[in-house]
Amino acid sequence: MRLVLFIAIIVLCGTAGDIAVSHAMKQIGEVHPLTPAVILGVLARAFRMRWMWIGIGLEAVGFFSLLALLSWADVSVVVPATALSYVTGACGAKFLLNEKVAPLRWAGVLLVCLGVALISIS
Amino acid sequence: MSSQHLDRKTYVLLASMVFFGSLGNVLLSKGMKQIGEILDPSPMALVSVFVKTFTNGFIWLGISSLLVFFVSYLLLLSWADFSYVQPASAIGYALVAVLGYFMLGESISLTRWAGVLTICGGVALVGRTEPRTTGD
Repeated sequence: MRLVLFIAIIVLCGTAGDIAVSHAMKQIGEVHPLTPAVILGVLARAFRMRWMWIGIGLEAVGFFSLLALLSWADVSVVVPATALSYVTGACGAKFLLNEKVAPLRWAGVLLVCLGVALISIS
Repeated sequence: MSSQHLDRKTYVLLASMVFFGSLGNVLLSKGMKQIGEILDPSPMALVSVFVKTFTNGFIWLGISSLLVFFVSYLLLLSWADFSYVQPASAIGYALVAVLGYFMLGESISLTRWAGVLTICGGVALVGRTEPRTTGD
């Protein structure tokens, strides 16, 4: 039960955080070229965006829950279980970020879920 | 920007995300296991756990790896779909299982290996879709 609660917190906060961070980076646009100066400039700009901090705050909650969970559970159980965030992530990307999630991409997400189910049985 | 060049950038940053993300999680797990399960929730005990956590070398190496992971992730998201990046980076599960097996001595059953392989199949399907579906 404690394991399920921790995983729910990790998945929901992690997904919401990822969507917020993704929204911030999409506002910046494609980073090019990938040189240290350009990367540092982009990071400086990214960390002045409100959505970036909202996202990082939510990801931090998920991250510290993961840190606590890893102190008593196996990494090869915990990390695959958080793959539930694939479903919440694809839904968030489609409805909040307006990405086109093609049938092939949904099929991939479903296979990932099947993989997670297999992992939780063992 | 040619789509071939975009693809190469995408794969390089995905590889960086997968490698440093997996390595970071395994290092954090190793560090937290050295500290042991948090059984006593009193403030003094938590302060002691906090000090032990942030003076542990594995924890700092893990955090450094995760920082590299995060920068790669941010750069990738500046052009690629979140619904592409997230599933495509799941190939890291195979790496986590292998690293957990060799570095932490965790046992991995046949069913768990089958799960890891199924996840990889899902990643392969996602990899066949266009990395970017939103306009500039």
